[in-house]
Amino acid sequence: MIEETKSKKPQWAMVIDLDRCTGCEACVVACRVENNIPTVGPEEAAKGRSINWIRVERYFEGEYPDIKAKFMPVLCQHCEEAPCEPVCPVYATYHTDEGLNAQVYNRCVGTRYCANNCPYTVRFFNFFDPKWDAPLDKALNPEVSVRTRGVMEKCTFCIQRIRKGEEKAKEEGRDVRDGDVVPACVQTCMTKAMYFGNIADPESEVSKLSKSNRASRLLEELGTKPRVIYLNKGD
Amino acid sequence: MLAPVHHPGWGWYATVAVSSLFVLAAVVALSYQFSRGLGVWGINRPVFWALDITNFVFWIGISHAGTLISAILRVTGAEWRRPVTRCAEAITVFALMIGALFPIIHLGRPWLFYWLVPYPNERGLWPNFRSPLAWDFFAINTYLLGSIIYLYLPLIPDLALLRDKSRGVWRRFYGAFSLGWSGTQLQWDRLERAVRVMAVVIIPVAVSVHTIVSWDFAMTIRPMWHSTMFGPYFVAGAIFSGIAALILAMAIIRRVFHLEEYLRPVHFNNLGLLLLTMSLIWFYFTFGEYLTTWYGNSPEEMAVFRSKVSGPFAPLFWATVICCFVIPAPVLAIKRLRTIKGTVVASMLVVIGMWFERFLIIVPTLTQPRFTFNWGTYKPTWVELTLTAGTFGYFVLLYAIFTRLFPIIAVWEYKEGLPLGEHGEPTVVSAPEAEFGSA
Repeated sequence: MIEETKSKKPQWAMVIDLDRCTGCEACVVACRVENNIPTVGPEEAAKGRSINWIRVERYFEGEYPDIKAKFMPVLCQHCEEAPCEPVCPVYATYHTDEGLNAQVYNRCVGTRYCANNCPYTVRFFNFFDPKWDAPLDKALNPEVSVRTRGVMEKCTFCIQRIRKGEEKAKEEGRDVRDGDVVPACVQTCMTKAMYFGNIADPESEVSKLSKSNRASRLLEELGTKPRVIYLNKGD
Repeated sequence: MLAPVHHPGWGWYATVAVSSLFVLAAVVALSYQFSRGLGVWGINRPVFWALDITNFVFWIGISHAGTLISAILRVTGAEWRRPVTRCAEAITVFALMIGALFPIIHLGRPWLFYWLVPYPNERGLWPNFRSPLAWDFFAINTYLLGSIIYLYLPLIPDLALLRDKSRGVWRRFYGAFSLGWSGTQLQWDRLERAVRVMAVVIIPVAVSVHTIVSWDFAMTIRPMWHSTMFGPYFVAGAIFSGIAALILAMAIIRRVFHLEEYLRPVHFNNLGLLLLTMSLIWFYFTFGEYLTTWYGNSPEEMAVFRSKVSGPFAPLFWATVICCFVIPAPVLAIKRLRTIKGTVVASMLVVIGMWFERFLIIVPTLTQPRFTFNWGTYKPTWVELTLTAGTFGYFVLLYAIFTRLFPIIAVWEYKEGLPLGEHGEPTVVSAPEAEFGSA
């Protein structure tokens, strides 16, 4: 797939190597801690109201004993042609010139239309006021805003870390390079199955990996142009 | 014809009392929802919309009774329309008021609904005109305003009549609303021209409203929502349920206020024929929609298709087909069965069936997103069910109050249709009116 963009700014993208993913869910935990994701409790989770900006989907291929478990971390795909964006009546979700699908919590009125039009079902709604079981309530990240009841939220590619990385590069008078921005999930992945960087830079790791024979994107046929690339040998 | 206004009878008080109870229950449920959050509903991920949008689409659909019956019949000069028009126009206004509530109360932060209004503000923020929900906002407001005008204009001569027949506060009340109507030729000319213009204007507005409501779904890329024929399908369904609601309202008014002389079997017969036509059109659309999905056989669409036709939603789906087509079509087609009783039974089934149909358009698609690991289920809570029951109570309450304040049959329009020489001479006025002849 060709990355077309008019913007001169870095184009953030993620590569996830499914052949390396062990399904340990460390990325899920790291994301919760980094992004102040509320805990809804077991009853609400059973109703389908848990909030997980990234989650590991597990599925089985084949029948026992010839069976294989497969894991796929799923997060907001930051589509270039995001179906969630045009349907929001108040511009609470929009596209940045860095290829990010942004969510403005303060602008969101909670129609949930964006969530209905997301083919990946990666948008989450705050059904109640957010709460954190002790001692998690004492461990909130001061760099990430806490969302109120009635608004949508989703993966931001750790926008707070992106801003920091960009500022650092600017101070040093250079373009961003690999390693400047590492989202929480990528940082914590112990099998190094996740990569993050500027896909507009042909020298970046994500750019090279995205051209791999193993590369594919979720529901590519819909034309949403996701910025999350999965690597999979396919066996 | 003015009897309901002056002597409502015990039936009216009973209706108001019962419907008020429903409204009260809904207010309690709504307060609970506002204080706790939308989590008190059964919605979840991935079923973000359920009964809220079902009720929204259903009531906006019911609102098509007024315009499509009254306006089309007026424009085509159908004489039998005369006692029917106001019943229909009132349904439109009240059903719209109720339908339009849902997009507001279903918001995560309902107190910010005015952000959909394009008002100048210091941050230079505007609504997103690309969003079908923003189109909805404008379409529904236009329709509500238009249908209020369309209800009000033909009401003016009757308001003047009531003004002349009442005293005290009521005289001032009707006097203010009748805008100094004195029945001069100039006033009549202007009124009739205005009504003619509104009747023509309101038809495309009504069609656009339900088309835009359908586009809330059709503009998405969800299986069995993303359909080019949703516009006409929804409009047909709306007129269908609207006529059914009109027949029910007329039958109740006829019984409660003893208006047998005005709302005659011929009206039920003619509306029954219209209902039959819409039932056939509805079936044609539904058949076409499901056949093309099945024949296309794409996996995501088929998942939704199967859940409706043979899966967990099958009982509701087949109930819909039975309520909207299998029973009403023969009942309305056979002349011997197309009586008042027959059309009322058919209409009741159609109203129930169309509510199910709205639910079946919304929820099965949402429970089954493209990835199977995202599939979910939905079960309504008492809050949603109470709100749904409350909408019906609220509708009946508004309608009952309307019949108490204004003549539910357009007196002047009815008189205008009488043969020459019968225009209000005491010898030929009908019994209920004679009571007030000397007042």
